[in-house]
Amino acid sequence: MSSPDTPPKLYAAREPIFPRRVEGSYRTMKWWLLGMMLAIYYITPWIRWDRGPEMPDQAVLLDLANRRFFFFMIEIWPHEFYFVAGLLIMAGIGLFLFTSALGRVWCGYACPQTVWTDLFILVERWIEGDRNARLRLHRKKWDAEKVRKYGLKWLVWALIGLATGGAWVFYFTDAPTLARDLVTLQAHPIAWITIAILTATTFFFGGFFREQICIYACPWPRIQAAMMDEDTLTISYRDWRGEPRGKLRKGQTAPEGTQGDCIDCMACVNVCPMGIDIRDGQQMECITCGLCIDACNDVMDRIGKPRDLIGYLALSDETRERAGEPQLPAWKHVFRPRTVLYTVIWGGIGIALIAALFLRSDIDMSVSPIRNPTHVVLSDGSVRNAYDVSIRNMHGSPREFRIELSDGAPFELELQGIAGQTLTLPADTQHSQRVYLTAPAGSEEAQVQSTPARLWVVETAGNERIHTDTVFNGRAQ
Amino acid sequence: MSDNTPEEAKVRPPERQYPDPKVKLKQEPPTTGHSWDGIEEYDNPMPRWWLWTFYATIIWAVVYWVLYPAWPMVRGATPGLLGYSSRGEVVEEIAEFEQRNLAFFERLNDTELEVISDDPELQSFAVNAGSSVFAAQCSQCHGAGGAGVQAAGYPNLLNDEWLWGGTMEDIHQTIRYGIRNEDYADARWSQMPAFGQDGLLDEEEIDQVVHYVLQMSGQEYDAELAEAGFEVYDWNCASCHGDDGGGDYFQGAPALNTAIWLYGGDYDTLWESVYYSRFGVMPGFAERLRDAEIRAVAAYVHQLGGGQ
Repeated sequence: MSSPDTPPKLYAAREPIFPRRVEGSYRTMKWWLLGMMLAIYYITPWIRWDRGPEMPDQAVLLDLANRRFFFFMIEIWPHEFYFVAGLLIMAGIGLFLFTSALGRVWCGYACPQTVWTDLFILVERWIEGDRNARLRLHRKKWDAEKVRKYGLKWLVWALIGLATGGAWVFYFTDAPTLARDLVTLQAHPIAWITIAILTATTFFFGGFFREQICIYACPWPRIQAAMMDEDTLTISYRDWRGEPRGKLRKGQTAPEGTQGDCIDCMACVNVCPMGIDIRDGQQMECITCGLCIDACNDVMDRIGKPRDLIGYLALSDETRERAGEPQLPAWKHVFRPRTVLYTVIWGGIGIALIAALFLRSDIDMSVSPIRNPTHVVLSDGSVRNAYDVSIRNMHGSPREFRIELSDGAPFELELQGIAGQTLTLPADTQHSQRVYLTAPAGSEEAQVQSTPARLWVVETAGNERIHTDTVFNGRAQ
Repeated sequence: MSDNTPEEAKVRPPERQYPDPKVKLKQEPPTTGHSWDGIEEYDNPMPRWWLWTFYATIIWAVVYWVLYPAWPMVRGATPGLLGYSSRGEVVEEIAEFEQRNLAFFERLNDTELEVISDDPELQSFAVNAGSSVFAAQCSQCHGAGGAGVQAAGYPNLLNDEWLWGGTMEDIHQTIRYGIRNEDYADARWSQMPAFGQDGLLDEEEIDQVVHYVLQMSGQEYDAELAEAGFEVYDWNCASCHGDDGGGDYFQGAPALNTAIWLYGGDYDTLWESVYYSRFGVMPGFAERLRDAEIRAVAAYVHQLGGGQ
């Protein structure tokens, strides 16, 4: 870049990248994936799911204000955050699994940065033309055409960004209501701010920042690089087959043994959205999007050479192929102790979470004994303890609950402000009830330091009952 | 991805390792020249956007200096064009919540004390507001949990016995004007004579009446002394504490026939109480708190466990 005599530049401008259009099986698959993932993103908040008249009817809803998360038939309360923790652990192990088996498959196919950049490049190509036309336009002085095309491109990008940020907010509140509020300009400022920020970041990251996000901002490439091994399937250039590379005129064949299959046509470089040369070997910038495979296969077909000069292969395949053996089949690379172990752990956690989800009770309680003071002596000499019993009604309908003691418990139970032992909780709510237990004067429980006590919460109509153990404090402290 | 390597590739000997760390690529960047155990560091230039971000933060800082308090001067920091201060923000927030509470305060003032608890919303507001007032104004003597301090004669507010009555009206009156408080004509007032100190009873009579009170409250006592004590009690104590020792809310005379003692129910403490007399005082809050706050704290105390 610079000779030892001149000091190197401290700051370098980004080298603009103009990926060429490419066709092939990977490109086709990526279009399908792109369509599918965008469809999931945009349609999901509009799916309705009936949970009863008092509950939100949105299938997927992150209700931050009320601290509830709805996912179809599943409702997660904040105290059940371990489900989210479990999902995060699964995501982590899933990352190990996919990276050890298929390298940076997430980066290349599913990462929003890749998907949206793909979409933005598509828009760019529609408006400005393919690689060469875009290059020409880029180098051109500003004139009417450049202003028109760039302006139109930026406008479409901004609209995509707006649609992206606009869809995001629907996950956090009732989508039809919010849509109406947005159209009538009555939405909450938070919604507008979120949309504005996400529109700006989408526009900027997809339009201008692109590969720099992956190279400079994202930690995953670095983490994933440490998780690959010699059996990981990743995109590589078979340099033992391609080298020495050399140009080839049409209809010409190189003398036997002097030239490899690579004709140095730069197709793989020109289509690369990361602006790298895959022939330099595996490198941090490569997101394994597969477009160079399509580009090279196209060229190989045309010059009548076998496909897959660039293809999915593992590091261990190199020695095999150099020795004249065929590449191992993909499944043999994928199924090995490491990936099987990851799958078992991943699946085990998944099964445990599902089991926990279906075994959990629709009611929940916790008891916090009042410890200031530990007990109160009443005028007749009896001793009273107070407890805050918190009851959660996780049903989609109001329920009546009765607070009880175990049979034969030597205490008298009273609810503060309520005659009797029953109370009704509205659907999907938590309620804290002060409960008094009193031990009669002179009884053992009133005298000794502490006695175990068990409080029950019972659904009056229904068969669910849960209990929590606590203690009763007597006078001897 | 099966074996489609052409024949000539197989016979050609490998020219170089792949990937070969020793082969420098065309675009190999310069290194810093340092080498640590053979590991060198690339001397790549910073990306230019990074420089722009740095400039942006500088501009941000300058704008911040102009708009917000920033530079420390001799008398406080430069105020900034927006006139922001964190203290001012708190004042605004307090004013905002005051405004929001206003409707509730009015409702609290307009509702009869005894029926506040019939309105769950108002009761909930009153208890919450009352608990913060209690923590700030009452907990110093009565304790954060309302259990009082027996050694100092600060009453326990959680049990079912009251000196001056435990209805909402009674509690409200006590909080408003205090106990034995000269600032308010409406303050509750009574005074137990110092029977021993003032020579109203001799020590033998005090001994007798203490045993009678021990009997009355179900503790161990001397039957002979207690029997003599009955007459002493009847003449000197019953007018306030009642014939049966049940006490009298109107005179703030505590019940003597229960398990609850303000200062303590053992012989020594009772003897001291009779000889020297005891009476606690409490400040009135009519001028320190707003009416609604007094009503709120009354509602809070009433629901602590002993309200009547």
